[in-house]
Amino acid sequence: MRNGNPTVKVGLATCAIAAGAAKVYETVKESLKDTDITLERAGCMGMCYSEPNIEVIEPDGVKYFYGNLTPEDAAVIVEEHVKKGNPVQELLILGEGCQTEDASFLSKQHRILLKNCGHIDPEDIESYMAVGGYEGIRKALTTMTPDEVIEEIKLSGLRGRGGAGFPTGMKWMFTRQAEGEQKYIVCNADEGDPGAFMDRSILEGDTHSVLEGMLIAGYAIGASIGYVYIRAEYPLAIRRLKLGIAQARERGFLGKNVMGSTFSFDINIREGAGAFVCGEETALLMSIEGKRGMPRFRPPFPAQKGLFGYPTSINNVETFGNVPRILHQGASAYNSLGTEKSKGTKVFALAGKIKRGGLVEIPMGTTINEIVFAVGGGISTGKPFKAVQTGGPSGGCIPANLGDTPMDYESLQKIGAIMGSGGLLVMDEETCMVDVAKYFLDFTKEESCGKCTFCRAGMNQMHKILERICDGEGREEDIAILDDLAHKIKMGSLCGLGQTAPNPVLTTIRYFRNEYDAHVKEKYCPAKKCKALIEYSIDPEACTGCTLCAKQCPTDAISGQRKEPFVIDDSKCVRCGLCINSCRFEAIKVTSEPRVTV
Amino acid sequence: METNELKVLAGENPLFAIKEIVQRHNAYLGSAIPILQDIQNTFGYVSPEMMMRVSDFSGIPVSELYSIVTFYAQFRLEPIGENLIQVCHGTACHLAGAEKITEALQFETKAPAGGTSPDRKFTVEKVACIGCCSLAPVMNLNEDTHGRLTPDKVKKVIKARLKAAEAEAESKGGSKDA
Repeated sequence: MRNGNPTVKVGLATCAIAAGAAKVYETVKESLKDTDITLERAGCMGMCYSEPNIEVIEPDGVKYFYGNLTPEDAAVIVEEHVKKGNPVQELLILGEGCQTEDASFLSKQHRILLKNCGHIDPEDIESYMAVGGYEGIRKALTTMTPDEVIEEIKLSGLRGRGGAGFPTGMKWMFTRQAEGEQKYIVCNADEGDPGAFMDRSILEGDTHSVLEGMLIAGYAIGASIGYVYIRAEYPLAIRRLKLGIAQARERGFLGKNVMGSTFSFDINIREGAGAFVCGEETALLMSIEGKRGMPRFRPPFPAQKGLFGYPTSINNVETFGNVPRILHQGASAYNSLGTEKSKGTKVFALAGKIKRGGLVEIPMGTTINEIVFAVGGGISTGKPFKAVQTGGPSGGCIPANLGDTPMDYESLQKIGAIMGSGGLLVMDEETCMVDVAKYFLDFTKEESCGKCTFCRAGMNQMHKILERICDGEGREEDIAILDDLAHKIKMGSLCGLGQTAPNPVLTTIRYFRNEYDAHVKEKYCPAKKCKALIEYSIDPEACTGCTLCAKQCPTDAISGQRKEPFVIDDSKCVRCGLCINSCRFEAIKVTSEPRVTV
Repeated sequence: METNELKVLAGENPLFAIKEIVQRHNAYLGSAIPILQDIQNTFGYVSPEMMMRVSDFSGIPVSELYSIVTFYAQFRLEPIGENLIQVCHGTACHLAGAEKITEALQFETKAPAGGTSPDRKFTVEKVACIGCCSLAPVMNLNEDTHGRLTPDKVKKVIKARLKAAEAEAESKGGSKDA
C-alpha cells in the first residue's frame, strides 16, 4: 500500500484524442471510481509524438510521465502505480530514476508560455488562478495606468508572434492614440498554416491566459469589446473558449466593471469559415464584419481604422498568451531571454520526419540544428536530414547546411525564409523539394482571394509550370520564368499572402537548384517521389509469389503464377504504392533513373 | 435553442427554423456569416432557397449571402453523403503520403475527388491542416480522428464504418417492427 493519494492527469487535447486518449481517460476513470484519487484533464504537454499520456503526481510533488499508452497499459498503471505505488518502469518516459532520451525533449526547452499547458485543467478557472492566473490584469488595474502597461510591453521587446514580428507595444500605442468613440481588440486565432498548431494547443491547454492577455490589451488601449476570430476546424478550442469566457464572466473578470474597477470589457467569439487569407488582418476584419474576406489597402492601418471603422488592435494568440506573464513577472525577466532584436521565447510546432515531434518552446536565437537534434531527437526515418521549412506556405525551405542559423526574425529573413507563425517542418532525403514547392503553391493558389491579378493568375501559372516539371515535361527556360513570376507576384500583391507565397519556390530554387535541374534536364526525381518519373518493379530474387500485391493492386497491373516471381505492367501501374505496403519481403522497388544524359 | 432542437424544428418546419436562426443573430453587426454557419449546422448545407429565406428575414441581399457562401470553403451548396470523410492535406500529412490515403479512400468508397459516392454513403473531402501533425497522415471520419494511416488501415476503417452503419440500420428497423 502507499502513503497518501497521488493525482492522475490525462492529456486530452485534439492530438491526444486522435491518438486514442479518450479511451485511456475512460479506462482510468473507470478503475478509479471507487477511490478518492483525483483524476484531472490536462491540455497538451507538447509531447505529441508520445500520445496518449498519463501523468502521475505523488503527494510529495514527484512526477511520473507515461507515454504511448493503450487502454490496457493505463489499467496496469492504475493498478500498479496509482493504487500500489510501484511505478511501471517499462512504460515510463519521464520520471524519478528513469533515464530516457525523452527527458532531453523538455530539458532543452525554456517553457514560459507553455508552462501551464498539460499541467493545469483548462476547463477550470480555479486551476489557472492557482498558478497566478489573472494576477497580471489585477496588477494592471490596481497599480498601473494604461500608458504604463504599454511602456512595460514595449520594454519587454515582445513582437507579434503571428509572423511579421511587429512590436506589440507600438501597435497598442498607435491604437490607444487613435481617435474613436469605440475601440476593439481582436485575437487572431485563424491558424491556417498547414503544419502549425501552436495556437490550438495554447487555446486548448491554457485558455484563460489568452483571455487575460486580451483583457490587459483592452485596458491598455481603452477598448471595451474583444473578438476571438478562430477557425471552425478547432471545435475543442472553441468549446473551451466559450466555457472560459462564461467562467470569467461569473468571476467578474469579464463584463461590466472588471474586478470592481471602472474598466469594462467583454469577449465574443467569431468562427472562421475556412479561408486561409483571413489570417491576414484586414481580411480577418472583413470576415468579422460578415463579408468576403478580402484584404484591403493599408494605410489606414487597423490601429486607425479597423473593425467597423474603429481603431482596432489585432494580435496573435501566442502574443496575447505572453502578455500576462510579462505583466506578472516584469518586462526585464522577459527581455533577458532571446537575441538583441528578438526577445523572449517562441513556440514551434515541430513536425514532419522528426523523432520527437510536438510543441517546443525555446529562447529566440536557438539554432535550427539544436531544435532538430537536441530537442527533436533527429530524423525519424534514420535517413539524412535535408531541410526544414519555416513559416508554412509563406516561408522558405532552409537546407541542412544552414542548420547553424539562429531562429530569430532577422536571421531568417536574411536567408530568404521567415519566422512565420512557428510551423517547423523537418524533411529528410526522401522529400522531393520540387514536389514540396508544388504542394505549397497548390495550397496558396487555391487560397488566393482573387483580388490582385498577379496573385490570382500568376500563382496559377507558377503551379502549372511546377506540375509540368514534376511530370517530366519541364523546359530549360522554366526555372527562369518561375523566378521572374515569383518576383512580380511579390511586388504586385496587396497582402501578405501574395507577397510571401512565392517564397517556397524561390528558396527551393536557391538551395536545391540541382533537383530542379534533375527534373528538367535529366528527367528523373532524385527523391523518387514524382510519379511520372519513377517506376515500380518487382525484384525476382526477393519475390516469393505470395500473390498479396496482385490482390491489392487496384488496376490489375501485377500478374504472375503463384510461387513464381510476379511482374508489374508499367503501362497499367498508377504508382499508388498499395503493393509496397502489402509486400512482406521488400521485393517491390521504386526507381528513378536519368533518362536524358547531359 | 440548441443545434439539436433546431434540427428537429427544421424537420418539421424548415421556415420556422430559418426564422429562429436569423432572429438569434440579427441584432449584431456582421451577422451574415454566423447565420449561414447555423443554417449549415442545422440543415447540413446551404441551398439557394435557404439563402432567399434568410434574405427575406434578415434584409441582407441574396447576392451578398451567395458571395459569402461561395468564398468560404466551409459552406456547401449541396447535401453531403451519410458519412463525411475529411482527409488532412497539411504539410506533415502531405510528406507522410496524404495523396495515397485519398486515393485509397476513393478506391474504397467509389467517391470521386471532393465528391460523394454514387450510393451516397461517403463524401470524401480534402481539408487543410487539422493540427494533428504528429499523427500524420490523418483523416476525420464524421466526428472521429484517425491517425498514422496507411492505405490498408483506411480500408479497414471504411469496412468497419459500413458494418456499424448496417448494424445501426438493423436495430432501427428492428425497433420499428417491435
